[in-house]
Amino acid sequence: MLLRHTPKEISERKALTINPAKTCQPIGAMYAALGIHGCLPHSHGSQGCCAYHRSTLTRHYKEPISAATSSFTEGASVFGGQANLTQAFNNIFTVYNPEIVAVHTTCLSETIGDDLPQIRKKAITEGKIPEGKYVIGASTPSYVGSHVTGFSNMVKAMTELAEPTGKKNGKVNIIPGWVEPCDMEELKRLTKLMGVGTILFPDTSGVLNSPLTGEYKMFPAGGTTIAELKSTADSMGTLALGEWCSADAARQLDKQHKVPCKVLDMPFGLKATDRFIEALRTIAGVNVPEEIMTERGQLVDLISDMHQYFYHKKVALAGDPDQLIAMTEFLISIDMCPVHIVTGTPGKKFEKRIREITADMPFEVNVKAKGDFFLLHQWMKNEPVDLLISNTYGKYIARDEDVPLIRWGFPILDRQGHQYFPTVGYKGGLRLLEKILSAIMDRKDRDDPETKFELVL
Amino acid sequence: MGAAEKLVQWNPTDIKAELIKKYPPKVARKRAKQIMINEALENGTPEITANVRTIPGIITMRGCTYAGCKGVIMGPTRDIVNLVHGPIGCSFYAWLTRRNQTDAGPEGPAGENFMNYCFSTDMQDQDIIFGGEKKLEQAIQEAYDLFHPKSIAVFATCPVGLIGDDIHTISRQMKEKLGDCNVYAFSCEGYKGVSQSAGHHIANNQVFRHIVGENDEPVEGKYKINLLGEYNIGGDGFEIDRIFKKCGITNVSTFSGNSTYEQFATAHQADLNAVMCHRSINYVADMLETKFGIPWIKVNFIGAEATAKSLRKIAAYFEDQELIDTVEAVIAEEMPDVDAAATEILPRTGGKTAMMFVGGSRAHHYKELFDELGMKTISAGYEFGHRDDYEGRRVLPHIKVDADSRNIEEIVVEADETRFSPRKSEEELKALEEGGLKFKDYEGLAPDLEEGTLIIDDLNQYEAEKLVELMKPDIFCAGIKEKFSIQKLGVPMKQLHSYDSGGPYAGFKGAINFYKEIDRLVNSRVWSYMKAPWQENPQLSGTYVWE
Ligand code: SF4
Ligand code: SF4
Repeated sequence: MLLRHTPKEISERKALTINPAKTCQPIGAMYAALGIHGCLPHSHGSQGCCAYHRSTLTRHYKEPISAATSSFTEGASVFGGQANLTQAFNNIFTVYNPEIVAVHTTCLSETIGDDLPQIRKKAITEGKIPEGKYVIGASTPSYVGSHVTGFSNMVKAMTELAEPTGKKNGKVNIIPGWVEPCDMEELKRLTKLMGVGTILFPDTSGVLNSPLTGEYKMFPAGGTTIAELKSTADSMGTLALGEWCSADAARQLDKQHKVPCKVLDMPFGLKATDRFIEALRTIAGVNVPEEIMTERGQLVDLISDMHQYFYHKKVALAGDPDQLIAMTEFLISIDMCPVHIVTGTPGKKFEKRIREITADMPFEVNVKAKGDFFLLHQWMKNEPVDLLISNTYGKYIARDEDVPLIRWGFPILDRQGHQYFPTVGYKGGLRLLEKILSAIMDRKDRDDPETKFELVL
Repeated sequence: MGAAEKLVQWNPTDIKAELIKKYPPKVARKRAKQIMINEALENGTPEITANVRTIPGIITMRGCTYAGCKGVIMGPTRDIVNLVHGPIGCSFYAWLTRRNQTDAGPEGPAGENFMNYCFSTDMQDQDIIFGGEKKLEQAIQEAYDLFHPKSIAVFATCPVGLIGDDIHTISRQMKEKLGDCNVYAFSCEGYKGVSQSAGHHIANNQVFRHIVGENDEPVEGKYKINLLGEYNIGGDGFEIDRIFKKCGITNVSTFSGNSTYEQFATAHQADLNAVMCHRSINYVADMLETKFGIPWIKVNFIGAEATAKSLRKIAAYFEDQELIDTVEAVIAEEMPDVDAAATEILPRTGGKTAMMFVGGSRAHHYKELFDELGMKTISAGYEFGHRDDYEGRRVLPHIKVDADSRNIEEIVVEADETRFSPRKSEEELKALEEGGLKFKDYEGLAPDLEEGTLIIDDLNQYEAEKLVELMKPDIFCAGIKEKFSIQKLGVPMKQLHSYDSGGPYAGFKGAINFYKEIDRLVNSRVWSYMKAPWQENPQLSGTYVWE
């Protein structure tokens, strides 16, 4: 057994995390920053964090991830990292010449107490930041929240660039949250079909799913432009997808520039997508086009066609709050039974929300924020499931417990497709459903006795 | 890449100038000292600057001290609970990402395997404010209660040193409290050194201090060695162990691929230390010699020829005809398959060029394999090497100890009162040296590279891209972070830290695997698809295609 020391019996742990279902803030900040066109993320701390974040993002996206670091050594840790960061700005703008540098802190610079806004101000006064270039900064201590928090903090930092002109731009800001580049593309396709002008930020499509052409572009064509980020202050309103990933930025725009906002769940699955489309429709006062109606109908059709195979199947889930909330709702909406749900990201409101969504389930649902894969595994040993949905780390549990695994979330280190095939929207719902069905039916074909083995399923 | 594109011949001086042209003057000056044009003179390579600070803002390939300590050295130990004290990230990122393989055998007391687990105290803000010692203590207790491991290792990440958690005292207290579990700690905060290298040193010190020599129960074997600096990535260690077994050589302990606590604890019983990765483990080799009298030699099991040579060195050391004969028989038995593979593949790889920027020894080791493939190494360097890794240990006395290196503890080891026993007398060692064996010696990368080769320390992303653009190698080797920016340029990239996938590449079978892998990479059809047909032939045709 791969996880041979995991006991079935659950004992309370107060201090020890085993097999985390989260990671630290800066990696989320780095991913978000890559969604700005021409942006070089910068990690203010030791180079190790930056190396780890780049490696993990690279393994997930199979794309180059450029990011710089302040490369602290002992001295910087004692005297503060201002000199390192100022030097870094100089080197970055000379060598890489990005449009913008998005700085995030690490647990090191946070513990030292480096004051990012002050360092930036000083760098600007001292002329270390060239004319026409931008620097934004997010505080991302890794001992608070999780990678999701870091993502949210960097998206919020992007709103610093918002600059009202006094004239509305007629657009809707959409904050997609931590979804794949292709999901961002899909959201743009949907809003375009709806005829709603949008500013999507961040937008990693065209950055982290770029083609192989024999040319390396450090700053690929994709990403939300600075002009667009500026213009977010002039938008009609903001749709924030996901309370954890996107709401803070949307509220900030509201507070700062009176851009009203609405926080929705991430549009995974039928109902959350319905709400997303409905919101677009009402905000922009448009009709839902036939094409989108068809896509919705196709999803409903597939659910009805194959209902017998997933009806009341039990599912264990690990992932990030916004994704899990939408997925849990989706599973319930197709009459599946999510029974164990774990996120590493702390926050009681996650547990509360899941309890609300699962209130009608005929049995107790295990849910834990600030949980880990170790606990999830123990739950599965006590109450076995038919399916596990999680990032790649779930595969150790899946193999030990002989449960099919659907890789969904971050990071996915051992399969492809997540960059290219969206799981948001109705089409994304089709893909999720197809994955769920394939997992269950592959298992059926493998496990059924020969007498029961069937050609047509 | 077509032959025509390669016609531009750059000379190394121009390339060097080109690499540093864009830098601000201070950076250019610093980098100029880390880029050396090899003169390949006997015993007199020019000096390179290495093991110095990474330049802030320059996109580096390097990782941190913690990565060198926990990730590299302690990561592959399977029956030690490696508990990371800090916020969650550091532990998460080092979780199973290095492809160290392990064979724990069937479940049971001897089959402990914590490799697939990730342990962390997941420090929260209140721990940073009020200190994390209580939480660490509690976490050690919980790990003990759950798993009853024979050992728990504690690793400090960045904030721990700053807030002053005394991890060593807590570990000692917990060791006393638990009774049957050895608990010790590593002060390997990420900022401690300029690269992973500092972490290796810290790991070496603590493993030596807290584990090596703990078990005197005799280890059986006629020719007992330790294999130092081999991490069983992609199963390299398995292949080397297979060969050792065939030769009748007992590998008491590998530092640290597929290793166990007991292996470390009995390592002092070996009669020879064979050092693979010089950078990461030479400290343990030196300490084992001083304290227990075990000499060390440099070996290299990357490359079939190198493997044969290393086996012969080991056999020569034991001065035993039986072993010498077995080793020759094993080489004779293994080589035909290797030769057959080489003969088949050489026509497709011969004359091609490679670049390697990896770790602290690998760039040197893998040169052997590329040689066997008829491929020329046109530029190479280390990510975290020291001058001795480039220029050989003869420069050791001349290396300036800067503030950053002084930070890392040098532990003073003395001969063990009862257990020190020189495995060879002075005369024997001398005779062996005259016979060609070199003890406590490593000549470094530079002498093995051709004159004019660009040797670059701590290569960064910008320089890598420039280098590939200018010199157009057929293959580039570095780590995962570099992989896709190089491949976007249409040049295949092989990871030589964790190999992407595949392996083993060590030993005889490994050499064959590597030949095949490089053949696959440099001859893949995919590199010819960069341009669509209409880009290759862009002129618009005036006639109708259907006419
Ligand atoms: S630099 Fe510090 S925080 Fe970053 S990975 Fe290394 S130990 Fe962890
Ligand atoms: S937890 Fe802290 S030290 Fe570790 S990788 Fe994250 S930011 Fe860096």
